[in-house]
This record gives sequence, structure tokens and C-alpha cells, in this order.
Amino acid sequence: MPSLIEKTACEGLLPVMAAGVTLSELPATRITSVAPLNGKDRAVAAALKALGLGWPAPGRSVAKGEASCLWTGRGQAFLIGADPAGLAGIAALTDQSDGWARMQLAGPGAEAVLARLVPLDLSAAAFRVGAAARTGLNHMMLVLSRPTAESFDLMVFRSMAASAVHEIRQSMAACAARASIG
Amino acid sequence: MRITCPLCGARDRREFTYYGDAVYADRPGADAAPEAWDAYLHLRDNPAGETRDLWYHEMGCSAWIEVTRNTVTHAVLSSRLLAERGTGGPSGGDISGKMKPAVKRRGKPA
Repeated sequence: MPSLIEKTACEGLLPVMAAGVTLSELPATRITSVAPLNGKDRAVAAALKALGLGWPAPGRSVAKGEASCLWTGRGQAFLIGADPAGLAGIAALTDQSDGWARMQLAGPGAEAVLARLVPLDLSAAAFRVGAAARTGLNHMMLVLSRPTAESFDLMVFRSMAASAVHEIRQSMAACAARASIG
Repeated sequence: MRITCPLCGARDRREFTYYGDAVYADRPGADAAPEAWDAYLHLRDNPAGETRDLWYHEMGCSAWIEVTRNTVTHAVLSSRLLAERGTGGPSGGDISGKMKPAVKRRGKPA
């Protein structure tokens, strides 16, 4: 039996600091795609309530402690950092824990760094704390959320972790260069 | 150009994939006449003015939407979820199919 070495999605790539922001990898945690079965919407909402969460409205997330639930599409949400056992039988559950690279971009310049890559208005007024969106990080699919005013959580497909880090580093460097010339 | 996804709100065009005229969603019955199938597959209006077509929110929430727009002014007039179009397809009537289009962003499960 070979001895396998467990690696996180962004092993050796992060953290990166520049332009007053830090890009770091979020701790590996359980990610489950939750799609309520027909007619089980209320039951799913109740089961999520039991976890201290709830079914998120489109474009929103619900968080409690380390656990969160992000809206990701029609009749679909991602349950992150929580055990989905209470949803068995009332929702289609898919374990996606190792399918995603989860990163956090934090700092006062985070909005400006992401603005070069994400086609959304990320100002605090338009993309409020608790917002979640599926959008693009340049050419990559991205699940973006804003847990606090000065930090964004980013999820990209794990296979694209290196490309995502590359893109964000470039943007951080560009923002830093621009700041250095006033 | 911005297109309003009924779920996500106004988004950049690059998040969407164009599929074609909205008649693609009106598939003839299996026993329809060959002429109906011919029209469905090959015949399209080319209006100078309002037209309806199908877009897929690919770099977004993966919803199929029907967009009404004007080919002369390029105005995007309205959009709705294909699931709400009432074609009786299998995608209708689920959790978010029941949600009111739009802008309100209320998504509590019904």
C-alpha cells in the first residue's frame, strides 16, 4: 500500500500578500450540494434551520459560526462546514468537499483586486455582507460570497486552483503598481 | 450589454450563452406533421423589432431564460425563467420555478 500524501487544493500556492490584501486558502471542510426534492422545500428549510441556518434567497448566504449555506442556483444551495445528515431523504445531496478550491481575499483593497476579474459591482452597497453569487473569475466559473465587509470567499473548481491564484496575483500586483505611482 | 437574470439580477452579457429563438422551447408533439417539424427546425422569423430568444446563464446560476429584446434599438426589454414559461416541461414547478421573476430576490422555499 503506497503512502499517500494528502494535499489541499492550493498547497504551495498560498498565502500571497500585496496591495494591502491577503489571499489565503480556507481550511478544508465539508461541502455538500443540496437540491430539495419535489415538494420537500419546507422540510429542507426546517432541516437547515435545525443547523442554525436556513434556505438562502437567490444571491444570498446564511451563516452561523463555521457553517454556511450559499445559494448556487435554481433549487440548489451549497452547505459548507456542516453535516448534511438531517437532509437525507428530502434533498439530493452530493459531496463536493474535494472538488473545490476555497480561498479568502481579505483587506481594504479586496474589492479593487476582484474588480479587475469579476464582472459584478462589488461595492459594499451593491454586494452586501452575506451576498453570494455565481459568476466568473475572468474565464473561470466562480462562487463568490462576502462574509464580512472587507473579505470575500472564493470557490473555483479544484483543477483551476493554480490558474485562479495566478489571475488574482496578477491583479494584486497591478493594484500595487498603480498605488505605488500615486 | 446587460441581461437581467430573473434570479441573479442584471449581469454582463459575457456570463450568458445564446441558444437561439424562443421557438426552440415549443417542441412539436411526437405525432406532429412533418411540416410542423420542418418549421420547428428550420424556419425562423428575422424581425426588425421585438424578438424573444433563449439564453443560458452559463457563468452564473445555470438557469435557462427567455429574453425579450429589440433588434433595432438593442434594448433588453424583459426576461423570465424558461421554467416559468408554462410549456409544461419537466423543469417546471420546482422550488425556484415558483419564485416570482426577479428583482425582488425573494427565494424562500414555497
